Amino acid sequence: MHEWALAEAVITAASKIAAKENIKEITEVVIKVGELQQVEEEILLFGFNQLKTDLFKTTKFHILKAKTKLNCRSCATTWVFTKDNLDETTAESIHFVPEVAHAYIKCPKCGSPDFEIVEGRGIWLEKIKGVK
Amino acid sequence: MIDPRSSVLAKRFKNIKRVVAVSSGKGGVGKSMIATTIALKMAKKGLKVGLFDLDFTSPSTHLIMGVKNIQPEEEKGIVPPFVNDLAYMSLVFYSGELATPLRGVDVSNALLELLSVTQWGDLDILILDMPPGIGDVVLDLIKLVKKIEFVIVTTSSQLAFQTVKKQLTLFKELKVKTIGVVENMKLNRKQLMQNEIEKLGFVYLTNIPYDKTLEDSIGDCDKLLATNFAKIIDETLVKKIIL
Repeated sequence: MHEWALAEAVITAASKIAAKENIKEITEVVIKVGELQQVEEEILLFGFNQLKTDLFKTTKFHILKAKTKLNCRSCATTWVFTKDNLDETTAESIHFVPEVAHAYIKCPKCGSPDFEIVEGRGIWLEKIKGVK
Repeated sequence: MIDPRSSVLAKRFKNIKRVVAVSSGKGGVGKSMIATTIALKMAKKGLKVGLFDLDFTSPSTHLIMGVKNIQPEEEKGIVPPFVNDLAYMSLVFYSGELATPLRGVDVSNALLELLSVTQWGDLDILILDMPPGIGDVVLDLIKLVKKIEFVIVTTSSQLAFQTVKKQLTLFKELKVKTIGVVENMKLNRKQLMQNEIEKLGFVYLTNIPYDKTLEDSIGDCDKLLATNFAKIIDETLVKKIIL
């Protein structure tokens, strides 16, 4: 249920945007989730349902998944993150704090841990739609 | 696109009465020992205390306290485990003892992640063990945690103090709440440092003589709390922070 805290962040952020934009009812929320964080979609949706206020009574939550693109700062190799070669404990550690990937993952070409997480790190609020 | 994590920080800190960062522009001045001892001594007084190790690339509070074989629980986020009567959080729960090389953007992201998902619950005080310098973590925390206050640590060496002086000048300009300055590892009776700190308009909290027994206490909180170092912190620093 670590996703619950992230769901709360999305609900709070969307509510703040709605208040600022004078939106009375949010009809759609689009979230982008990077594969590096390995967020469980079902748990995230459960979190939204538990946390939603009247502002969200007709909201459709859409979760888009984004591949995680990593780029080596040492040799410029670009590759896509996959958790296939990680043991359960390592995958879970990266799930909680994606930056610890730098302790466990190395560039497949030169072995450097100095890589950039170009895209697909964690959770982003892509857009919200609503009725004023 | 919006990063939603910072939106929830006010909620995460709502039930924490005070947030005190133990910081220094210079490394190796004893921040972690002081932060840990302040937290342990406050907990002994019955306060609800949290200790958060924010030195992501070289954490040491877990070594000071001898923390082994525990992990945070997962409950609507991450719930810090209780260690020596402290709610305790560190990146080592996830990185272990592996080298974790992080650039600035990664440090900021890890900080925001942990601040947004850690459920501290009700605390009288949260002590932050800061990384050395006035870089990403200091700047991010000043921006993100409005109730933050700082205790600054220097040694009697001009090499440390000249850097700390820059930090104090910056904090004055930015109007960052600073409780005062500690002079650690003091080797003589000169009041030079105290005069300089007071001249800059900051409170000189206390001085702590160099304690040769401190190294032997690493990994054993009872030993640490029995040192002269801990006694001075209890009698001066803890009282002045609580006031």
